[in-house]
Amino acid sequence: MKRSVARLVAIVIFIGLLIVTYLLSRNESAASDYFAGGHQKETALKKYGFYLEPVNKSAGITFTHQCQELDPKLENIKMQIASMGASVSICDFDNDGWNDIYFTNSKTGSQNALYHNLHNGKFEDVAASVGLADVNTKGNGVSMGAVWGDYDNDGFKDLLLYKWGKPELFKNIDGKKFEDVTEGSGLPAWVNANCAIWFDFNNDGLLDIFIGGYFNEDLHLDSLNTTKIMPESFRYANNGGRKYLLMNMGNGKFKDVTKDYGITSTKWALAAVAADFTGDGYPELYVANDYNVDEFYLNEGGKRFEEIGNKVGVGRIPKSGMSASLGDINNDGNIGVYTTNITEKGILIQGNNYWLPNSANMQNKPSFVNLAQIAGIENAGWAYGSQFGDLNNDGYMDLYVANGFISAKKNTSYWYDYSKVTGGNSNIIGDAKNWPDMQGKSQSGYEEDKIWLNDSDGLFEDVSGKICPPATYDGRAVAMADLWNRGVLDVIVANQNNIPLVYKNDQENNNHWIDFDLKGTVSNADAVGAKVVVEWAGGKKQIQVVTAGMGFSSQNQHRLHFGLGETNKVDRVIIYWPSGSIDKIDHPETDKMHTVKETK
Amino acid sequence: MEQGYKLAQDYKAESLPKKNGFSEWIKKNFLYIPPAFITLILLVGQFTYGILDSYASLVAAIGTSVISEIILARTVLGTKKNLASAYITGISVGILIRSNIIWPYVVTSLLSILSKYVLRYKGRHLWNPSNFGVSWMLFLNSMSVAGLSIQWGSNFAAMAVIWVLGLLIVNRAKRLHVSVTYIISFAVLAYIRGLITGDTFLAELSPLTGPMYQLFIFFMVTEPQTSVSTKKGRIIVVILVALVEFVLRLNHYIYAPFFALFLVGPVAKFIDLKWYAPEALQKNIKDLQSSKH
Repeated sequence: MKRSVARLVAIVIFIGLLIVTYLLSRNESAASDYFAGGHQKETALKKYGFYLEPVNKSAGITFTHQCQELDPKLENIKMQIASMGASVSICDFDNDGWNDIYFTNSKTGSQNALYHNLHNGKFEDVAASVGLADVNTKGNGVSMGAVWGDYDNDGFKDLLLYKWGKPELFKNIDGKKFEDVTEGSGLPAWVNANCAIWFDFNNDGLLDIFIGGYFNEDLHLDSLNTTKIMPESFRYANNGGRKYLLMNMGNGKFKDVTKDYGITSTKWALAAVAADFTGDGYPELYVANDYNVDEFYLNEGGKRFEEIGNKVGVGRIPKSGMSASLGDINNDGNIGVYTTNITEKGILIQGNNYWLPNSANMQNKPSFVNLAQIAGIENAGWAYGSQFGDLNNDGYMDLYVANGFISAKKNTSYWYDYSKVTGGNSNIIGDAKNWPDMQGKSQSGYEEDKIWLNDSDGLFEDVSGKICPPATYDGRAVAMADLWNRGVLDVIVANQNNIPLVYKNDQENNNHWIDFDLKGTVSNADAVGAKVVVEWAGGKKQIQVVTAGMGFSSQNQHRLHFGLGETNKVDRVIIYWPSGSIDKIDHPETDKMHTVKETK
Repeated sequence: MEQGYKLAQDYKAESLPKKNGFSEWIKKNFLYIPPAFITLILLVGQFTYGILDSYASLVAAIGTSVISEIILARTVLGTKKNLASAYITGISVGILIRSNIIWPYVVTSLLSILSKYVLRYKGRHLWNPSNFGVSWMLFLNSMSVAGLSIQWGSNFAAMAVIWVLGLLIVNRAKRLHVSVTYIISFAVLAYIRGLITGDTFLAELSPLTGPMYQLFIFFMVTEPQTSVSTKKGRIIVVILVALVEFVLRLNHYIYAPFFALFLVGPVAKFIDLKWYAPEALQKNIKDLQSSKH
């Protein structure tokens, strides 16, 4: 009798589990709810206090990204390989106090665009007239991204263009034109790069360069003599491109110190970001890698880097690292790294990471903990670029994540074909000719970008589709900048094979803000690496770092923007300069951009 | 995938090599070989590549599996069971399921073990336990669970060790014919699929070189408890599994082998128990004899 009861109980539990798991799987979805069409803006403004309005047309942004041409031997997976190159970087190149926008293009012969801010809501493409348009010429490779940095400390930001090809350096001549100074600069002859940043790793006051190779640098993807170019593994690939750490010698030349500084990785790098996590004043380097673990390079006094990703926790689980961006989501003065990966339901659930440093012991025993799941910012889709920024000026950093891999034929999927080879031996996966023909299929296509609003307690609300019209382009690079000097962060998204999205951030709230534009004197002129801590409202404390390249193929505006909520008083601002000096400002005026020059 | 204990039950009296001491030792302790082998696979994978994303999920899967086996065996069957099979089920779930959260590992293990005690016919369970649990969770196509569809890595030596040891063990368990038939069937059907899809033979063959298939070939399709009773029958069944998988693959099911076994295995076992298993044959003979008298 007892056994029959036990069997009955077992049956009930069994059926119950089947039903519950089925119902749970039907309820969960990566897609978000929408606010109804015509009233979307009003509803969003009322509920969230802001709305992102696409303004390409009125702003005069007509750029369209075109993908690269590849060797015919790669025709079967052309869409997959030629899936990057849409980038965006923000810079006030002529120092007129208004942010300008640079977009890269990737088809041989296509033009990059530099949209000069006309201060009246409109932009004008001046790339051709200043010498930054015709850069995708045959034999020189095609653009993958660009980062701005004042490498010669003359007060004007110069441009490093990285490509699947020859990296190029353009010197800014008084904000009027750009001179190609690549020849003799010491830049490598050819890198298949998808990331580069400026940072001053030895704090000598001169901006250095990190370039991360993706495909091996021996390959010219438009003219191959082999099809064995693919990653040797989906999780453990080490056959990507080499890395370049280029030390600025101060005379317009850069010295390759990569090996001397202990960087030997040949993983498939897609993103890099630098910041001082250990508090010793020297910036660490975080590299997000596709097909392998991410890497964390500890800066040992500006003399050497040691890769300790596994030891500190960020380099233990191999995923598909696409983007690395910095953000203090808890307002505790502790800055974390958000990295994007792939989530495709039922097939590949890597999840994104938010690596928060263990602030108590970062100097002696650095370690990170992943809070993405707890914060609710783990699953986005096939995620690329990401940026933190306070979109509604409520005092908490929100998050924008660009999504979508290949949007081709609707209602088709390459995932099954993809899984065949990615599950196989390295000899199979590593050879492009073994990859099934895509035949125009989509893969994680038509995905909507994710926008997460920080609910002030380290938890995020998914407001995708609620605070902007739905858009399902294949998003790549994301940048945040105040394009019209209104004290808000606008959002610019570069989409692969398509138009970018320039979102004007309309606000309807009583929130305040404060901005800081830093000028180094002893430190590098751009103050890259400087940390700014804003303390307000009797206990809130947010930290931001000046970067020159962050996210995926993107660069935010140079100035740092802090939302303050309804408080219009800031208690104190502390600026930690790369030189080691510290400046303090008590009670700075709010709703204002402050230009701060480093005290000598 | 509860090979260890049942293998020992089914085969220790069969014609294992008799003479030398090592063979005797293996014969006596064979129930521990499959769990040791799957542990070896896990260790090779973990220490060469770190295949586990978290130890907690593996502990949750094994713990749930073992505890539920103890409780269910005692309460439903009134017996104590050797826990080797539950261990294999747990470890399989821990490897084959991928999730960033813990509960799917617990639920999959629990469903796997429960299926042994709920879905029974003539005192035997019909589904391979972990095949049931894993197939169900993957069939749901949820945001929480994915399958192990990635490779171990590029180390050919590690893969070769697993293949050699695996084949030796299934040979010892008298199931080599099952594994070999499946491998040949898969390869032949991969070639035919290539002709249909236009993809290269290597692309179609590729999944066979990954870890998901190694676990499938050495632990799932060979499990004695859910295998049919005759060698010929087992060969037919495994060819059917490969054929159903072929159809599912043409329809782009990533987890086709699990689903194929899920569909074919229980039907074959049911038919076998009803008409072809020794006890069924015995009964048929008796019925025949009594009808003659």
